[in-house]
Amino acid sequence: MNGFPILTLMTFLPAAGALFILAARWSSGPAHPGHDNGVKWIALITTLATLGLNLLALGRFDPAMTGFQLVERVAWGAGVEYHMGVDQLAMALIVLTNALMPICILASWSIEKQVSAYMTLFLVLQTLMQGVFAAMDIVLFYVFFEGVLIPMFILIGVWGGKNRVYASFKFFLYTLLGSVLMLVALVAMALIARSTSIPDLTAFAQSGGFSEALQIWLWLAFFASFAVKMPMWPVHTWLPDAHVEAPTAASVILAAVLLKMGGYGFLRFSLPMFPDASAYFTPLVFILSVIAIVYASLVAFRQTDIKKLIAYSSVAHMGFVTMGIFAGTEQGIQGAIFQMLSHGVISGALFLVVGVIYDRMHTREIAFYGGLVHRMPVYAAIFLLFTMGNVGLPGTSGFVGEILTMAGTFPVNAWVAAGAATGVILSAVYALTLYRKVAFGKIENPKLASIADLDAREWVMFTPLVVATLVLGVAPMIALDFTRPAVAAILAGYDVFASSR
Amino acid sequence: MAFEPLILLAPLLAATVAGLGQRFLGDRLAMAITTGSVGLALALSVATFVDYVWLGGEARVIELFKFIDVGGFTSTWSVRIDTLSAIMLVVVTSVSFLVHVYSWGYMAEDPHRARFFAYLSFFTFAMLALVTANDFLQMFFGWEGVGVASYLLIGFWYDKRSANDAAIKAFVVNRVGDFGFALGIMACFFAYGSIRFDEVFAAAAANPALVFDFRIFSVPAIEAIAVLLFIGAMGKSAQFFLHVWLPDAMEGPTPVSALIHAATMVTAGVFMVCRCSSLYELAPTAAAFVTITGAVTALFAATVGLAQNDIKRVVAYSTCSQLGYMFFAAGVGAYGAAMFHLFTHAFFKALLFLGAGSVIHGMHHEQDMRFMGGVRQPMMFTWAMMLIGTLALTGVGIPGTQIGFAGFFSKDAIIESAFAAGEGGRVFGQVAFWCGVTAAFLTSFYSWRLMFMAFEGKFRPNPAAHHEEHAHDGHGDAHAVDDHADEPGAHPAKAPEGAAPAHESPAVMTAPLAILAAGAVFAGVFFAPYFLKDENSFWRGAIERSHDPLYPAAGAPGSADSHDGAAAHGASTEEGHAPAPAAGHGEAAAHGEDAHHVPTWVLWAPFVVTLAGFLLALPIYLFSQTMGAAIARTFAPLNAFLTRKWYFDELYDAVFVRGARALGDLFWKGGDKKIIDGLGPDGFAWMSRFTARQMRRSQTGYVYHYSFFMLVAVAAVGAFAIWQGGGVTP
Repeated sequence: MNGFPILTLMTFLPAAGALFILAARWSSGPAHPGHDNGVKWIALITTLATLGLNLLALGRFDPAMTGFQLVERVAWGAGVEYHMGVDQLAMALIVLTNALMPICILASWSIEKQVSAYMTLFLVLQTLMQGVFAAMDIVLFYVFFEGVLIPMFILIGVWGGKNRVYASFKFFLYTLLGSVLMLVALVAMALIARSTSIPDLTAFAQSGGFSEALQIWLWLAFFASFAVKMPMWPVHTWLPDAHVEAPTAASVILAAVLLKMGGYGFLRFSLPMFPDASAYFTPLVFILSVIAIVYASLVAFRQTDIKKLIAYSSVAHMGFVTMGIFAGTEQGIQGAIFQMLSHGVISGALFLVVGVIYDRMHTREIAFYGGLVHRMPVYAAIFLLFTMGNVGLPGTSGFVGEILTMAGTFPVNAWVAAGAATGVILSAVYALTLYRKVAFGKIENPKLASIADLDAREWVMFTPLVVATLVLGVAPMIALDFTRPAVAAILAGYDVFASSR
Repeated sequence: MAFEPLILLAPLLAATVAGLGQRFLGDRLAMAITTGSVGLALALSVATFVDYVWLGGEARVIELFKFIDVGGFTSTWSVRIDTLSAIMLVVVTSVSFLVHVYSWGYMAEDPHRARFFAYLSFFTFAMLALVTANDFLQMFFGWEGVGVASYLLIGFWYDKRSANDAAIKAFVVNRVGDFGFALGIMACFFAYGSIRFDEVFAAAAANPALVFDFRIFSVPAIEAIAVLLFIGAMGKSAQFFLHVWLPDAMEGPTPVSALIHAATMVTAGVFMVCRCSSLYELAPTAAAFVTITGAVTALFAATVGLAQNDIKRVVAYSTCSQLGYMFFAAGVGAYGAAMFHLFTHAFFKALLFLGAGSVIHGMHHEQDMRFMGGVRQPMMFTWAMMLIGTLALTGVGIPGTQIGFAGFFSKDAIIESAFAAGEGGRVFGQVAFWCGVTAAFLTSFYSWRLMFMAFEGKFRPNPAAHHEEHAHDGHGDAHAVDDHADEPGAHPAKAPEGAAPAHESPAVMTAPLAILAAGAVFAGVFFAPYFLKDENSFWRGAIERSHDPLYPAAGAPGSADSHDGAAAHGASTEEGHAPAPAAGHGEAAAHGEDAHHVPTWVLWAPFVVTLAGFLLALPIYLFSQTMGAAIARTFAPLNAFLTRKWYFDELYDAVFVRGARALGDLFWKGGDKKIIDGLGPDGFAWMSRFTARQMRRSQTGYVYHYSFFMLVAVAAVGAFAIWQGGGVTP
């Protein structure tokens, strides 16, 4: 049974589904509504099957074991390998990805334009995202990491809003330029260490293979890529534009999974492979993180577009992640990983919340809305829950990540923790103001007089997210216990170097 | 299986069922479920209290499951039963239950009753989670939980813009406090490696000289922690600088004001300081800060209370002021007196609020006292209850005897403690004493002003409201006038000339008043020996009593530390702890058992000023209908200063609200758009627009050609991998 390539199957099953959709599309001639519906069902079943495989993989996964598991390794020639495997960190992010995908397909049910192509792209995107987290070879990682850009670029560029072309190019160029630097660094590392395998590189680095001066350059090159993905201040301005223009489901994936690739990269590469440089640059990351939290929260407060507001709030929340990672303490890193998962659920849910009213009214202007609670009480309740999650209310998953990253940072630098804590005040300001403007008050806009509450499909979409937010908020140990071995490994590598300096 | 968790879980479950199932259950069933569950919680709480306090039950912690456990940052969902939490359990569940019952009448016509009751029960749960916490993180959970319940209930009438704004203001100002509280928790963890109460207290006692080095300056760890935690209390308990949300919170329904903004939630800060008494005992600077903040708040809020015309706002500022008393009591080390005042205040302030609510209900939702008057005759019972509440609030009683209303015992104990602390070496005690005495005078004056303006004299109809009533009467003008003319005639015996067109509230509202009134009369005399003199070892180490200015504990300093759970640290605790406190306050401790050693004039001071306040209010508001307004006109600037609440709202609006807006705009339009986008991706933006023009031409219609090529590439990779036989390494 050990030889069963479950990771590969899981990763490429969505691509197979996509191929099936395309084949069906070409053989059946011009699209018609029945066909589109069938395509949606195929996509949904594919994502559900992938989630099923993922659960199967989880069953074969030993949560207590340190290091990579379910490893598959094939030589590709020229020193490059098809090398896949997961540790707890990768597994957690893959579960997040695969759990959100069926919800995204459901959220895309109202898509009418080129359904086959849309679903194909989504499924390809799922394959690539899993690949990013499961790749154990840097070339493979780079291919997946960059490949993700393409379907997302097309999704925004074709199915987006009015300014979609501008937004998609901004997104593409920003992220690509960062990645080019990372490619140079990857090549350099492969040449020096004579390996492209991530575990080998990590071992090489931790035995002192990269000199401190070299680490500085490599770290900066990786930082350019991951900081854009995160996004950190001041390279965050692509995110609000991309979110505003992206279709709902693409926004969900963008916020929930794509941003996490930055955090994943820091934890997989920067900290274990360049510990000296990471320690050296920690003050820089701290300052940028606190600026991101305060700055983005204040900017969010002034937004008139709901999606832009949530996008800026994402920038602020990612500030906690970068702060926690570079604090280099157990609470900091555990908190950062938890914050990534929690933000995936909550911000994903918030974009779905926006999508619900966008589907009905075709506008995201805050001023258009008001008094939705009168017509949509269930919707208002769900919106309130995720708003509270967004402001980090204890009892929701949003709190755990924030308090852990701050508690982990306080011993390292109390001022940074205090600066981040102001975000706790500011998030309440923008999130509750948004909620008041959209949900509370009397219905002033006659167009809202007949807006309908959630339908069955939307109930199915939100229920798992509501459950996840509350369960992870009350019993976060489910996730924290799971990621502990991976965090311990990161810490062990980081501590060795930090103490040898 | 211990039953204590049920005290918390019953209201939570009821809130969930009533909140989610309100459509299926209907209003009455939802109300019955929530009221019943809180009734159950009350019964169990009383059982716990009796068992623990009188039957000698053990102090205990029931642990449910781990909340967070990351490298020593550990919190467990628990129910901690000791004297402090037993008191709070009874206070919270009893007031909550009475408010639930009262709301059956008060909210009878509200279409969203079920939601209201669900919120009330959820609040009860969060408050109980706060008071039974065994570590700082669960306390913080309850702390923010009651905050969100308060947010929801203040904004309950969500059509009203003012209610929504007040709700957000309450939440955000509380978050400013929580900012401090959260940092306090982190500092605790940093300093002592734990956030569990007993471990933190033991570690703090073992190492009182620990210093935080913040690079720029260094401070004693314990002082920093105590001050940070207290900032949280300032937010939650509406202390000076962070008090601005409490008066606005009166936008919520009146039962909410009674439960949350008088009896329970706002006292959470006092509870927290008492819970952490062993920390504050080791942090004299932080304790002085607590004392001064409390004293200033007591005085400040009382002055503002003088000039308010909204009946609920007067009571709200009175609450703010009384919370100040509790804090300065805790600050000078009289934690027993602080908790005692919290206990009695819960009864008489809930009584005053529910009484005010009864008046508002009877007056068809008129809240402005200028448009009341003559309410006593039609609402005799409510008047009697309010009178008892006023007597309890002003602390009427005969000094030196055991005769008096509840407030007499607790408030006088606080004032005497402050005096004794002042004598015992704490300068801040003297400040607190004089602030407390002055505030007692003002309290008496504004309380009687309220009673006289609302209930006595002739009815003064509100021209605006009268008009409105006509407008939405729907029967036509003539009929409406008739209706109105009929009213006094309908009850000729009860309503003589000049009485207000009010009606007495239904029994479901007046019965809770009567029960609270009983508390306001007897809670003081009955419980004073326990709370203050520690009869039958009432406290059993739940608070630090070694330096109580009036009734220091018999044992040596530090003896209280070695109670439950801290046994391992016990030995080192005693050694490390002994020298520090003994130095500063040895004199107070030397008074020994039952030392009620304050001069007679101090005993009589509160009595005299209370009487003076009453006598001054008599001519201005009872014997004259116009004198109050005339005085306000004469001292217009002062009156405006007080009416506008010392211009705090204006100041905060100018600095914080506008400041945040301006900064947000600056960062967004200046930072993001001009600088970052302008300088950074400027060329790319131009380039992308250029390329976009080119791309669009070739792109349209070929989308899934792109995707097909992508897919081929991806599929090739996958196929290659599988073709290679899965390529699994063992």
